[in-house]
Amino acid sequence: MNDTPLLQVEGLSKRFGRIAACDDIGFDLHDGEVLGIVGESGSGKTTLLRCLSALIAPDRGTVRYRMRDGSRRDVFALSEPERRLLMRTDWGFVHQNPRDGLRAHVSAGANVAERLMAVGARHYGEIRERATDWLARVEVDTARIDDAPRTFSGGMQQRVQIARNLVTHPRLVFMDEPTGGLDVSVQARLLDLLRGLTADLGLSAVIVTHDLAVARLLSHRLMVMRGGQVVEAGLTDQVLDDPQHPYTQLLVNSVLQP
Amino acid sequence: MTMPLHTEARAAGYNFAFLDEQTKRALRRALLKAVAIPGYQVPFASREMPMPFGWGTGGIQVTASLIGPDDVLKVIDQGSDDTTNAVSIRKFFRRMTGVRTTERTEEATIVQTRHRVPERALSDDQILVYQVPIPEPLRYLEPRETETRKLHALSEYGLMHVKLYEDIARHGHIATTYAYPVMVGDRYVMDPSPIPKFDNPKMHRMRSLQLFGAGREQRVYAVPPFTSVRSLDFEDHPFAVQTWDQTCALCGAGDSFLDEIVTDDRGGRMFVCSDSDYCSRRRGDGETDPARGAAAE
Amino acid sequence: MYVAVKGGERAIDAAHDWLAEERRGDQAIPELTVGQIEGQLSLAVDRVMAEGSLFDRELAATAIKQARGDLIEAIFLVRAYRTTLSRFGYAEPVDTEKMAVKRRISAAFKDLPGGQVLGPTFDYTHRLIDLGLAEPGLEVEGAAPPPDDPAAPAHDDLMSPPRVVALLDDEGLLEQERPGPGDGDPGDITRQPLSFPADRGERLQALARGDEGYLLSLGYSTQRGYGRTHPFAGEIRHGAVAVEYVPPELGFPIVVGEIEVTECQLINQFAGSRERPPQFTQGYGLAFGHGERKAMSMALVDRALRSEELGEEIGAPAQDQEFVLAHADNVQATGFVEHLKLPHYVDFQSELELIRKLRDRWETPGQSEMRAEAAE
Repeated sequence: MNDTPLLQVEGLSKRFGRIAACDDIGFDLHDGEVLGIVGESGSGKTTLLRCLSALIAPDRGTVRYRMRDGSRRDVFALSEPERRLLMRTDWGFVHQNPRDGLRAHVSAGANVAERLMAVGARHYGEIRERATDWLARVEVDTARIDDAPRTFSGGMQQRVQIARNLVTHPRLVFMDEPTGGLDVSVQARLLDLLRGLTADLGLSAVIVTHDLAVARLLSHRLMVMRGGQVVEAGLTDQVLDDPQHPYTQLLVNSVLQP
Repeated sequence: MTMPLHTEARAAGYNFAFLDEQTKRALRRALLKAVAIPGYQVPFASREMPMPFGWGTGGIQVTASLIGPDDVLKVIDQGSDDTTNAVSIRKFFRRMTGVRTTERTEEATIVQTRHRVPERALSDDQILVYQVPIPEPLRYLEPRETETRKLHALSEYGLMHVKLYEDIARHGHIATTYAYPVMVGDRYVMDPSPIPKFDNPKMHRMRSLQLFGAGREQRVYAVPPFTSVRSLDFEDHPFAVQTWDQTCALCGAGDSFLDEIVTDDRGGRMFVCSDSDYCSRRRGDGETDPARGAAAE
Repeated sequence: MYVAVKGGERAIDAAHDWLAEERRGDQAIPELTVGQIEGQLSLAVDRVMAEGSLFDRELAATAIKQARGDLIEAIFLVRAYRTTLSRFGYAEPVDTEKMAVKRRISAAFKDLPGGQVLGPTFDYTHRLIDLGLAEPGLEVEGAAPPPDDPAAPAHDDLMSPPRVVALLDDEGLLEQERPGPGDGDPGDITRQPLSFPADRGERLQALARGDEGYLLSLGYSTQRGYGRTHPFAGEIRHGAVAVEYVPPELGFPIVVGEIEVTECQLINQFAGSRERPPQFTQGYGLAFGHGERKAMSMALVDRALRSEELGEEIGAPAQDQEFVLAHADNVQATGFVEHLKLPHYVDFQSELELIRKLRDRWETPGQSEMRAEAAE
């Protein structure tokens, strides 16, 4: 473990017209740490995730990332080739809708293998072996490696998307409602898998969710957002079991009722 | 030559080789840029030509910008000098320039081609001009030019290999047989135009300059002499060309690309060279198939 | 037998002779004159000029005659001819406000300075085929005199009414299209190939020469909800404008001729964004000759293509500039569609080999991997 944060966010703000989607947000994320961001829709959590993952540029603030060589770089000061390379090697992004993160018309195997080929792998046998291996790790039937994702169930598509992201051994994964839109039983198994993978691989992750149960299961630390601001932050259990801010209290009471 | 060369073009009010000199210069500038960046698609302001787009306007404009009174032009389509479109383009240049045309590959200074590379090796004082329908090798994987331009700029060619991967996963081998993508000068992935993959190896370190014109898509690109042109593949699934069990029924050649000719409606077939000059010259050289009787046209 | 696969010059020559014969039609009927086409099929001439990008009535009429009435073929002939014309320089922008209008209407205002001028229009005619036109000789020279309508301006009293869109200028409710301080000269898609993203000037050039039918369908699709733009026909005007040119040796503009154009300015609702207040925006269309359908379609598509600039949600085909512009030119489109007629023996041969191989594999189950073909 490294004492320097993997991701360091300071003063991040993003406005859309008169609306402040993110207002002066800052936090550190260390190796192997999973940060949950919760809030209702419109709270700014998705905008924050898109800024953090360099999909959109913030109006103010910095996002610094510790690269594999140890140097710390402002994500928005990277050149486009550097940023794109970072995004397809050291980072992952798991979309809520697997259609946004998968190529619908190519096979599950090719979806997983694409990142490998993008960084120069040119041995078909080895590429296929690694794709097979990853499909097995996310518990997808490897006999279906040549089937297109559209023939898979929603839960299975999400697993393929996760494998596609992890095949290059990223250190940081962004997840946007990774279990949203799935049946409860499917959700539970997927959450188990995600918890196992982040722990086994020592992954750092930022997970956006409106579902406090998901946040409790996956994240070590929690940030509660409302109206573009962080109203409460801390260890997950602390925030959920002993909420301090009235809004967090409301959220916990309304959602976690038995 | 002392005869007025392009009297017909002049008489009809057209400039030598149809295009005005300024347009030719603009085209040559684009071609110079293309030569300087092998495999890179250079935009140019393609003109409407008297032939339809898709019928070789790119190649015709490239040829028109280069051709001079002393040039000797050969035009082939599908390897043959005598297919309708080759005849039409050759006739156009004869009318518009008055230059000599030929069917003999080694006599030509410029060879304009659609979908083939001549069997006979070209020399360093010849130029091969390809007609190109879709210059963008990534087009069918990513339709947006704004995106493909970025992929080229950043050398992000993983997508191309996704396609090859899919072929192998599905068919056991790479199932692209023509317009087979190549890596030029270890930098740009390029569409070699719809030549059969049989011709791809001929492009590698070719002695002559290869120019590519796509009129409708407004792009030219080039492979300078002695430039590396490698067909994309996997280490364990290397690129391989088509082979035939037959030899040419007319000239007996075993090393050329063969067209299949249907001879009757009972399943009769024969295989003959697609390169008509190569075939007839071999026959002239005496290597005639005994089966061939009346070959005269 | 082998001869059968050869094309040959003789076959082409014979085919072209036959074409000339077909074009002439029945020899017992007098040949059409170019003047007749120019005068009596004037809207066909206008379309050929617009999409051929060359204002020359006689040439367009000749092209129509040569093309046997196939307008896209005629457009193609005009374009190929246009290629060979040398260029003296760029004319000054035509001032359509000074247009001598034959027709000028606005659907946004009931009455307005300059009035509504119907002019020669199919609008409000009953679309009943006039069988009288089929009888030769009934239509005599000097046609019917124009109806004596006091509201319409006399033919020789053409005027230049003010622009409708300028009427809303005072309140600032309608964006005005004036060159900004940072705007350079517009690009020229005949000199620099269209590259994406294309700016508005280049887009309008591409639309101006774009296929009328294509633009009509795209414009129509925006009205049906695929990228709605809430349009009003602010003003449609048709008439003659002067073409001015500044010769370098003179340094001031001189009139070098007059052309007829049709202009359409659409007024579109716009809800406002971060940078811009709510206001009306414009879609613009301009075509050579009398081409209202073309100008209106163009304006609809122009406005749809501005969605990105205006921060509107994108998703409809008409808003996608790469899709719209890359497929608008009918000379390009016709060429590529029809090139399928050219021989593809070599490519087909390659595919035939592949299909045979795939079939062999399919018919021999259990064969896991094809053996690699002989290496190059």
